[in-house]
Amino acid sequence: MSRMDPMPALQIATPPQMAVKPPPADPKIAARSVSVFYGDKQALFDVSLDMPERSVTALIGPSGCGKSTFLRSINRMNDTIPSCRVTGVITIDGQDINDKSIDPVLLRAQVGMVFQKPNPFPKSIFENVAYGVRLHGLAGSRTDMQEIVEMSLRKAGLWDEVKDRLNAPGMSLSGGQQQRLVIARAIAVSPEVILMDEPCSALDPIATAKVEELIDELKSNYCIVIVTHSMAQAARVSQQTAFFHMGKLVETGPTEGIFTNPRESRTQDYITGRFG
Amino acid sequence: MTEHTVRSFSQDLEELSGEIARMGGLAEDMLSDAIQAIAMRDLVLAETVVARDPQIDNLEVEIEKKILRLLALRQPLARDLRQVISALKIASELERIGDLAKSIAKRVKLVEKVEATTALKGVARMGRLVTAQLKRVLDAYTAQETDAANKVWSRDEEVDEHYQSLFREVVTYMIEDPRTISACAHLLFVAKNLERIGDHCTNIAEEIHFLVTGEQLPVERPKVDALNSN
Repeated sequence: MSRMDPMPALQIATPPQMAVKPPPADPKIAARSVSVFYGDKQALFDVSLDMPERSVTALIGPSGCGKSTFLRSINRMNDTIPSCRVTGVITIDGQDINDKSIDPVLLRAQVGMVFQKPNPFPKSIFENVAYGVRLHGLAGSRTDMQEIVEMSLRKAGLWDEVKDRLNAPGMSLSGGQQQRLVIARAIAVSPEVILMDEPCSALDPIATAKVEELIDELKSNYCIVIVTHSMAQAARVSQQTAFFHMGKLVETGPTEGIFTNPRESRTQDYITGRFG
Repeated sequence: MTEHTVRSFSQDLEELSGEIARMGGLAEDMLSDAIQAIAMRDLVLAETVVARDPQIDNLEVEIEKKILRLLALRQPLARDLRQVISALKIASELERIGDLAKSIAKRVKLVEKVEATTALKGVARMGRLVTAQLKRVLDAYTAQETDAANKVWSRDEEVDEHYQSLFREVVTYMIEDPRTISACAHLLFVAKNLERIGDHCTNIAEEIHFLVTGEQLPVERPKVDALNSN
């Protein structure tokens, strides 16, 4: 959590009425008894989930099951909704992300996010990647910046396709390229966690395969959490799968087990296409 | 289990189970007729068993095609996936049972001259035991009953014991009257085939257990070894 230094020593904020056990330091992200309310309506009920370092966790479940709400609480995106209230504890590297000392803007640099529809800025390819780097003052010089941009585009598997037209608008790329550009933009600010909310649902199968291959490569350096409606995609890219239903975490476990022998009948019914 | 949202998927899976049941029925009939033919030295019945084997082979090919299609088009998961995979394996076990029944039927004319009718009776008794095992395991498949399947699995010990005592008995006949050696040797093959069919039944029982529970039965099953216990 180097980006968020200097920071006071960690104190997990435990609501006094609940006896929440402090999560172990091992998982990169640990959620304990997380509930989310939109006004009076509770969207997420008491979710506890560990998301390990250097691995992909897939969140699956029917629409409205709370998986995106949970994902958005990991980088405090829910803060932007005035009526939204989050209880429980989410820690990254043991540090409470809802602690008062945490700057959400810095948090979101550390916890990058990729959305369903690619959302490049209306700027050049180069500027798309450079923007966050400049914002956070991460490049010391022009050469530095060029290096960071190139490295990020390479990591996102896009460099060879765009190196001759870095000044072209980001919007001029194809959908799949735009999505990888957005991933490059997230990587450029050296995040530790990457959240993806249905990153491939607007892409064709080839572009999807490229993004999935990218996810597989990024896995060796990042903790990735992905929301997907494609069961096959969850099976292909993730090591851990968590099934949400009606705002509750029904079952979580190694992806292999969830897709071959789930313990809960609701999981079974959902992944075999019996409801949802 | 509740229906799939896509109903034709449920239909596909039901059809698959139906075809396995049909194949099982064929294998069961072939086996009991082969045993009947041995016991009664009925060459005509034996020939009908041999003639039925291609039906089982064809059905296996059909089931394989269907499963390939299901995997490609439906991408089954969880229990559906286990059902499809276990159908694939059970089909191949049933095909082997058909082959072994055919092989038993083919030996009817070779054991015709066996004077020792008691040995034939012993084989027929073992045959009935194995047929009952096959019937039970097929019923367990239809009902998706793991308890019934587990019973078949543990009862294979009985089949092995039977094989072992039959082995000793037939060897005694060979010693008593060397002229029967050739026919008795064929009888031993028949007994061995029955013992193998018993093993295929336990394999099917293991598949049913996996299909229903998602867990594997232990690798080691209680075994009586005819070779080492003499």
